[in-house]
Amino acid sequence: MLEPDPNYFSSFVCSGEIFELKAELNSDKKEKKKEAVKKVIASMTVGKDVSALFPDVVNCMQTDNLELKKLVYLYLMNYAKSQPDMAIMAVNTFVKDCEDPNPLIRALAVRTMGCIRVDKITEYLCEPLRKCLKDEDPYVRKTAAVCVAKLHDINAQLVEDQGFLDTLKDLISDSNPMVVANAVAALSEIAESHPNSNLMDLNPQTINKLLTALNECTEWGQIFILDCLANYTPRDDRESQSICERVTPRLSHANSAVVLSAVKVLMKFMEMLPKDLDYYGTLLKKLAPPLVTLLSAEPELQYVALRNINLIVQRRPEILKHEMKVFFVKYNDPIYVKLEKLDIMIRLASQANIAQVLAELKEYATEVDVDFVRKAVRAIGRCAIKVEQSAERCVSTLLDLIQTKVNYVVQEAIVVIKDIFRKYPNKYESVIATLCENLDSLDEPEARAAMIWIVGEYAERIDNADELLESFLEGFHDESTQVQLQLLTAIVKLFLKKPTETQELVQQVLSLATQDSDNPDLRDRGYIYWRLLSTDPVAAKEVVLAEKPLISEETDLIEPTLLEELICHIGTLASVYHKPPSAFVEGSRGVQHKRLPGSTGLGESLESPDTGSAAGGSDAPPAVIPSQGDLLGDLLNLDLTPPATTGPPPPPTSGMQLGAMDLLGGGLDSLMGAGFGAAPAASPASFSAPVSGGLDDLFDLGGGVGMPMGAYNPPKTVWLPAMKGKGLEISGTFARRAGIIQMEMTLINKAMSVMTDFAIQFNRNSFGIAPAGPLQVLTPLSPNQTIEVALPLNTVGPVMKMDPLNNLQVAVKNNIDVFYFSCQYPISVLFVEDGKMERQVFLATWKDIPNDNESQFQIKDCHLNSDAASSKLQGSNIFTIAKRTVDGQDMLYQSMKLTNSIWVLAELRVQAGNPTYTVSIPLLLVESESSNVFLFQSQATKGKKGTLI
Amino acid sequence: MIHSLFLINHTGDIFLEKHWKSVISRSVCDYFFEAKEKAEDPENVPPVLYTPHHYLVSIYRGKLFFLSVIQTEVSPLFVIEFLHRVADIFQDYFGECSEAVIKDNVVIVYALLEEMLDNGFPLATESNVLKEMIRPPTILRSVVNTLTGGSNVGDTLPAGQLSNIPWRRAGVKYTNNEAYFDVIEEIDAIVDKSGTTVFAEIQGVIEACVRLTGMPDLTLSFMNPRLLDDVSFHPCVRFKRWESERVLSFIPPDGNFRLMSYHVSSQNLVAIPVYVKQNISFLETGACGRLDITIGPKQTMGKMVEGLKVTIHMPKMVLSVNLTATQGTHTYDLTAKVLVWDVGKLNPQKLPNLRGSLSMQSGAPKPEDNPSINMDLKIQQLAISGLKVSRLDMHGEKYKPFKGVKYLTKAGKFQVRT
Repeated sequence: MLEPDPNYFSSFVCSGEIFELKAELNSDKKEKKKEAVKKVIASMTVGKDVSALFPDVVNCMQTDNLELKKLVYLYLMNYAKSQPDMAIMAVNTFVKDCEDPNPLIRALAVRTMGCIRVDKITEYLCEPLRKCLKDEDPYVRKTAAVCVAKLHDINAQLVEDQGFLDTLKDLISDSNPMVVANAVAALSEIAESHPNSNLMDLNPQTINKLLTALNECTEWGQIFILDCLANYTPRDDRESQSICERVTPRLSHANSAVVLSAVKVLMKFMEMLPKDLDYYGTLLKKLAPPLVTLLSAEPELQYVALRNINLIVQRRPEILKHEMKVFFVKYNDPIYVKLEKLDIMIRLASQANIAQVLAELKEYATEVDVDFVRKAVRAIGRCAIKVEQSAERCVSTLLDLIQTKVNYVVQEAIVVIKDIFRKYPNKYESVIATLCENLDSLDEPEARAAMIWIVGEYAERIDNADELLESFLEGFHDESTQVQLQLLTAIVKLFLKKPTETQELVQQVLSLATQDSDNPDLRDRGYIYWRLLSTDPVAAKEVVLAEKPLISEETDLIEPTLLEELICHIGTLASVYHKPPSAFVEGSRGVQHKRLPGSTGLGESLESPDTGSAAGGSDAPPAVIPSQGDLLGDLLNLDLTPPATTGPPPPPTSGMQLGAMDLLGGGLDSLMGAGFGAAPAASPASFSAPVSGGLDDLFDLGGGVGMPMGAYNPPKTVWLPAMKGKGLEISGTFARRAGIIQMEMTLINKAMSVMTDFAIQFNRNSFGIAPAGPLQVLTPLSPNQTIEVALPLNTVGPVMKMDPLNNLQVAVKNNIDVFYFSCQYPISVLFVEDGKMERQVFLATWKDIPNDNESQFQIKDCHLNSDAASSKLQGSNIFTIAKRTVDGQDMLYQSMKLTNSIWVLAELRVQAGNPTYTVSIPLLLVESESSNVFLFQSQATKGKKGTLI
Repeated sequence: MIHSLFLINHTGDIFLEKHWKSVISRSVCDYFFEAKEKAEDPENVPPVLYTPHHYLVSIYRGKLFFLSVIQTEVSPLFVIEFLHRVADIFQDYFGECSEAVIKDNVVIVYALLEEMLDNGFPLATESNVLKEMIRPPTILRSVVNTLTGGSNVGDTLPAGQLSNIPWRRAGVKYTNNEAYFDVIEEIDAIVDKSGTTVFAEIQGVIEACVRLTGMPDLTLSFMNPRLLDDVSFHPCVRFKRWESERVLSFIPPDGNFRLMSYHVSSQNLVAIPVYVKQNISFLETGACGRLDITIGPKQTMGKMVEGLKVTIHMPKMVLSVNLTATQGTHTYDLTAKVLVWDVGKLNPQKLPNLRGSLSMQSGAPKPEDNPSINMDLKIQQLAISGLKVSRLDMHGEKYKPFKGVKYLTKAGKFQVRT
């Protein structure tokens, strides 16, 4: 380098300078030339435009001085685009260099050529590149591999036409690990813009090659190979285990990206290992230390690691459950690290460590950073909700914090105390007095709304509740909507509790809300209350003061399907944003959703494209939006639910529904279908089913709004035609009535003689269904006579798997002969009444089910909304455990239990306005489970009979 | 993969840009500046930012932001690791990683960046491979270059890239063959008001300085390798031998490198060398507060604690301090509100004490936050975890090298709450 080192920055490029440089570049003296090129590069580096010198610089390229050559290459890469015609001049030199005896020069030439993003030049690149891909020297091959990716970026079609992709695929089996790594990297990048091309054709042989290369290539190569491995689905648990064994040493790598990519592979393949395997436990233990080590790296690395640990903790809390302390926040952590650590601390909080956690949180609440302090206070509330035993301590900690009188701490504390009240009603109301003292200091809408809610909810215990609320009413129009709505509801509650003293107040607020407000939500709610109060105060009481569902315990959980996808993307941007890559990565449209493999190993068939289309419903980016209260929730004033807590949907209680109907003023008749309003019009099919079973059901529909409805019973079908039954025709159906499965049959005698001595017997079947008593046909069946019989069934008979699963072979005997027929019973009759799974259990189970066991199918033409569907299904003992709304799609999480104690979990997606429902059943069987208005149309038995609980 | 790199100083000027694919306009950095504005403190800028078309992954080192632009789904850790590697290489080449030095050596910087990434894929990131291609500037070489017209860009090509051990070049020769290892342990701890340890762990590293001729194959064994259950190694270490025999077997890179880092978190193994008796209080009404700090030895394993330094971030309303120290000097930075007490050696017979009053802005309310005390200390010839090297063996070469192991314990993030 020229000395004394001139500061190239001081030389500003003006036209005079360009002229000077030009002269120097064309100088005869080599040294002067080189200096000039350096000056040019220096200017270029800082973003000055020196493109005018293009021809002069290119002239310097033909040199045997390697240094000068490199510098000119640098220049070319930068400016060739703006001077394509000139750049052609350089082509010859490049082509010549690609033939150089020195492999390093060959590599340099092909590498540089690939960086010149000019179409005309890329045409000339193809031949040298083809040679270099097959070069004898691995360094050249490895460079050429990357060059294919470059070329693909410039001209994808060309790369395909020239067959470079195939050559690249061959390089995966190269003998040199560095070449393998680069080929994998190049292919991965190309694959990203070609979501559906089957570029990475992974089979056990290539996997083996990759694993061998993994041990020998550079740290960066290891990242590429590990990321590629993560896309593979092993055939069985043994293969999965052997891959895991070969990947685990990477956990001790100094490069954190290698470590996290290895964690991804292990987290994914672990799904396939049986949990009782010793190795499974070993692996879990091995995962903790490297994750902890990531937290001692630079803060930026910590941040990414923490975001990923957040996912891992949700999926497999057992890995880090003893490592709480490493997440304790240090004074000089950057704020983004602090907030993430706090989040994970709450996730890991359990009865065992809650004391420690609380002490920490209390400490944090006195820190300097406002955001952090707020989150810490909120975290205390979340601990109270999560760990019941700690609730009392949390409340007293919060009270201590309120005593500090630090404004934002007080406000945040009040917001969380409101949540604690909702979780543990009638337990901590003694603190209300303290809260009321701080009424005046509240200036944030959320805190005000929370306080108003508390006052309204506990109005009967607060002597001056009316005064308190009145004080808020003064500035009603300046309040935010949240506060206004809350105030309205709180005053109505107050009125219902203390009607005598507050008549005036309620009049005032109703008129403020209905007459002076522009906000339709507020007006509507005002009118609803008004009518409710004026027509039927008793109903009003039932609606407004109805018992509220408790808020859920786990907060902020990522939706299970999304979580699974994100686990497959550990270490990527998706894992940092907690969104699927399809939701935000440009150029990766239509990227296939990655799924965790299942432990039965039937993953591969499920990953085929046609399931991709069946999964159509999930293509919409399921960004997690916490389910804010729907209309019913609103009436129950659940809208306070902070975004952090996604509560379950309010189960429609009968009182509330009736109330709501009255309100709408139409009376019962027009409301027959309030829940199921569209049913008559949309599904005439159900009406035209002219059999008694169906009619029963319709009556249920009409009369039973809000009452438990009967299960759906399919119409009777002819099981034994008269032709075969020597004149006896049997048609029938199955039903579940009052918890008893019944076989309902219509026997018709189409023969000429009387039939007597009926008896029935079943063959062994999948669920052990057997008659609970003899067939009760008391009177002889005379010709043309029809008789209805109901045969109660139990499920204690001998079991044998049938195909289809719900097939039942029946023998009916009468005085004439024995007749055999087979019929299929709807699985829904086997759903027992206690099939409502505990929310927690459900969540845990759902998480544990490998995604590949999932089968999906769609139900067409259903016009019910999700709530109606849910109550409808409940009639068939399919219970809705939770509901979420994501992007306008309602997702119902349901459970049912079969008579043989097999649980079935399902997810039902309902999109408003779209009559097609998507049902995902993560395990077990799907046969025709029918319900009245819509059918879970079975496509095929995709899952297998699975997990028992 | 990594698309572009912008180097930005702490005032927000872009002073260098490098694009490995097509050129991306500087305006993309506006999103970053926005975030920087919001974060106030440069250390608090989130490392991963999301813009409509790009992702910005940045690190903050030596008052500089290394901001990389990526367009596709790439592992952000990979990017961050790489950026730190770039900063390490600058440090290695120029002795420091600052704006001035980078501007002075802009051509070398540019050449380095070009060699480190190809199309966004890492190419040569090992310092000794790079040094073969691009020589670091030295005063002597500057003089020679001026006289002979030589330059810093080597005319050799990266032969090291072709070998199976890219971290070591062939044909290394020394007259004095030596191998030194420093076992350095940092204690990260949070101690609460009452002196109880809330959290403590040890971050250890073994830094090596190996100058050996030829291709030596080294084996380093420990007296008590069981201590090490959470380790990460330089790529040169043979993991299989560690797994089976608990020894470090490796062909070392030439020069300085980090052989291994480890992490001891089991609470009972982490000794806390000093205790701090402190009382910092602010009066509810008056415009003053009191401060009284005493430091004493706790578990020092009979060694001397040196380099003791106490740093306290005071609440904003503390205007000035009036303190006396029995030992060492103290300063109070009025603008940053940081009190630094440089104690020096800890004498167990006469415990150092700092006491006095704090004067506060009149009329200001009592501070909402408690100041936190950060400790700095050093203990020579001790690895606080108890880790000891037992022997170093060399195979593959015939000469006898000089060998040496040093131990040092330091305070890492050692924090005492008040």
